[in-house]
Amino acid sequence: MIDYFVKFWQGLSTILIGMKVTFRHLFVPAVTIQYPSVKPQMPERERNRLYVNMDDCIGCDQCARACPVNCIEIETVKSLPEEDLGKTSNGKKKALWVTKFNIDFAKCCYCQLCVFPCPTECIYMTDVYEFSEFRRENLLYDFVTLLPEEREQKKKNLLEFQAKKEAEKAAAAKKAAEEKAAAAQKEKQEPKTPNPSEDKKEENNQ
Amino acid sequence: MMYDWLNNLIGSPILAMFIVSLLPLFIFILPFALLAVLAERKVSAHMQDRLGPMRVGYHGILQTVADIIKLLQKEDLVATATDKTLFNFAPLLVFIGSYAAFAVIPFSGFFIGSKIDLGIIFIVGVTGLVVAGILMAGWASNNKYSLLGAMRSAAQIISYEIPTLLIILTVIMLTGTLSLYDLSELQTAYFWNWLILGGPAIGIEKILLIPLMIMGCLIIYTSTLAEVNRTPFDIPEAESELVSGYHTEYSGMKFAMFFLAEYANMFAVSAIVSVIFFGGYQSPFGYLGNTLGLPWLIPIEQFFWFTAKGLFFVFVQMWLRWTLPRFRVDQLMAFCWKYLIPISFVILLLVGLITLI
Amino acid sequence: MALKTEEMVLNMGPQHPSTHGVLRLELQLEGEIIIDVIPHIGYLHRCFEKHAEAMTYPQVIPYTDRMDYLASMYNEFGYALAMERLMKIEIPERVEYIRVIMGELQRIASHLVALGTYGADIGAFTPFLFCFRDRERILHLFEITCGARLLYNYIWIGGVSHDLHPDFIRLTREFIKDFRPNLKELNDLLSYNRIFIERTANVGVLPLDTAINYGVTGPNLRASGMKWDLRKDDPYSVYHKFDYEIPVGSGEKGKTGDCWDRYFIRVREMEESIKIIEQAIETIPDGDVSSAIPKRIKPPEGQIYTRVENPRGELGYFIISDGSVNPARVKVRAPSFVTMQVLPELCKGFMVADVVAILGSIDIVLGEIDR
Repeated sequence: MIDYFVKFWQGLSTILIGMKVTFRHLFVPAVTIQYPSVKPQMPERERNRLYVNMDDCIGCDQCARACPVNCIEIETVKSLPEEDLGKTSNGKKKALWVTKFNIDFAKCCYCQLCVFPCPTECIYMTDVYEFSEFRRENLLYDFVTLLPEEREQKKKNLLEFQAKKEAEKAAAAKKAAEEKAAAAQKEKQEPKTPNPSEDKKEENNQ
Repeated sequence: MMYDWLNNLIGSPILAMFIVSLLPLFIFILPFALLAVLAERKVSAHMQDRLGPMRVGYHGILQTVADIIKLLQKEDLVATATDKTLFNFAPLLVFIGSYAAFAVIPFSGFFIGSKIDLGIIFIVGVTGLVVAGILMAGWASNNKYSLLGAMRSAAQIISYEIPTLLIILTVIMLTGTLSLYDLSELQTAYFWNWLILGGPAIGIEKILLIPLMIMGCLIIYTSTLAEVNRTPFDIPEAESELVSGYHTEYSGMKFAMFFLAEYANMFAVSAIVSVIFFGGYQSPFGYLGNTLGLPWLIPIEQFFWFTAKGLFFVFVQMWLRWTLPRFRVDQLMAFCWKYLIPISFVILLLVGLITLI
Repeated sequence: MALKTEEMVLNMGPQHPSTHGVLRLELQLEGEIIIDVIPHIGYLHRCFEKHAEAMTYPQVIPYTDRMDYLASMYNEFGYALAMERLMKIEIPERVEYIRVIMGELQRIASHLVALGTYGADIGAFTPFLFCFRDRERILHLFEITCGARLLYNYIWIGGVSHDLHPDFIRLTREFIKDFRPNLKELNDLLSYNRIFIERTANVGVLPLDTAINYGVTGPNLRASGMKWDLRKDDPYSVYHKFDYEIPVGSGEKGKTGDCWDRYFIRVREMEESIKIIEQAIETIPDGDVSSAIPKRIKPPEGQIYTRVENPRGELGYFIISDGSVNPARVKVRAPSFVTMQVLPELCKGFMVADVVAILGSIDIVLGEIDR
């Protein structure tokens, strides 16, 4: 019987205490902000969209290897020896043309694992977080600053250079073979002891 | 009186009757329902340290208008396997049951929809239509969850009508009148004449009655809260258990009718509690019209006090909703039958004894 | 003549406002009383364990975050601890302290979600927002340290990715000062409310022997009466240096091991975590946080099992390494997976409305169950 009244009294008192808490909160100012007109302040270390500064990129592929979801695609083309691509901001000399640097932001998980291995700190996270698109293809960002014709040009240049080198090597080999044939023929006509220096030269030529 | 005044003004009794019956609906109840939806959202927001609707209109005032326009242009889905007549008729019944109660509530000393002698009993009878409407809605939806919700709601409303009626009986016994108009007239100006503080008669009974009246007020407030399906008694619309209870299958304007009917019902029961215990439209401090000698000011003041008291109780209902968790169905019924009803009977007995003194 | 009754099968489907994630519960009811509950999981399976075999060891860390997304720091902590024991790396003491602070802050954040959503399931909507307001402060602390609010990639093998922000300690002190009164307010509003107690006391009682037989750990086991916490019973990191207690359920408002006990244990655990954080920020030593991170992670051949105390129970990592840069097998013992098995036992004999209460009180996260 006593339990009955105790329960009743407890019910009433705890309801009143709860109501007091809620009433007090009526006068506390709101903790929310009105988003599109007022934006919250982002801290410095935040992780939003990535940006790649292509002037500093040396094409080392470390970021693509570090990415856990494989959202970075890099293709590079070796430069010709006479081309000067300049230096990065911390003094490294660039030796590769980067012809493809795609980051697919639909796949990126914003984990920041690509930022740490970069030797020139050219890939970093910016403070842009409002970059939604209507079409998924628009989220594939291409960072390379060369025009498409230039990229093709670089590839062609390399192929030409390599072909030229191949041709030179073939010509040099042919010339060496001819010289060897001429020397062998000379030997047939005048048998004499082979000159050690000539042998060495032939070996060097090979 | 409004009817007489209009009759004298216009000359045609039918037109006067028409205007008298439509006035509370359009000038008071519909705007109130619109504002109450907004007020609920703003009150809940400020209690939870946030802002609520802020974009539509200044600080979100036109939010309900936007909601109604949205609901109006929605597709009116009626599933094939439902019972179409019942499905279409149910929201109407609920709406009518809630709004018809306003016919006998005195808005001020000058205006009352219909001055019948059976005031309170008419209200209790008409709000029974709501039960029929809810059962129809649950059954006709052809949905297991809606049916469950509707049955629970019907059980809840019917059980909680009993403590309401018992307390009303107590008050009737005390004052001897059923009509709400006479009840308000009885509790003449100054707050110590209100029934919650014992009534206008001075004497030993007044002191004895005070704790009983306070208890009775709490009981009737709680049981009318259960009748309008508000938390902590909102099992029928419990979102986390049955998605949305008996109005799951409704969309568009029919849903809007359920919605508006709930808020009108809230005001109706707040008005009843304030009329019975808190003096209805009577002011607690005397009338400015009397002190200034302007008799035409008095009905306006009375209307103001009536609205203020009704709005205060509606605010308390909203306050309770955002503070308390929900009862489980069996605990709800246990609360009614094991706690409220015995205590109401005891109050009835004691008040009866006191009136004999 | 007896009435023919049949059982009704009700489906609380994958999309439901109060199953915590995508979980399908098949309830076999007789009227309103439950006869059996069959959970169907797998809606969130993302092949984490197979995926880990294709990644290198540091690349697995963002994946471990995403298992129990409400307690990401602890997932990383467990993994990093397992790898460090396998590779026998000594880490600086400052790193240990930072990991403990982050872990305990994460525990508070996770419990706040559990309590808030539990209140919302029962019908009290206001405590949900109060809990999230406090959790927002903690997420801000995480954001200034590592840049992310939910999935951090912060605790690396051999250290942490960034040192503490210069404002971190000041902001943490302010947070603690504001949090204690908020906890008291939460108790006033929800924990001691008579209606809440009626809903949760004596509902879903988990007896101690059943809990031990099923392998339940964490707050659920402690609520059933056993004082078992991996931070004290199998200590790791620097937990032995701090002074804190382990709350145990005592059947204050009903039987020991009911839903109210499980709920209130979490409230008390938050208080204990605050004590640990206070002590840690007072005594944190200086040091370099990235000195022990190896350049290339290639552990020796072997296998190891490490366990840590997740906010939900015992999180275990079993890693087999074959000497290369990719793990051969990463197996995770998720506490929610084990706790889920107890659900049919707990629900038998109660009503449908109680299923929601019981499910909320055991605090499962589907990301961990399905991985």
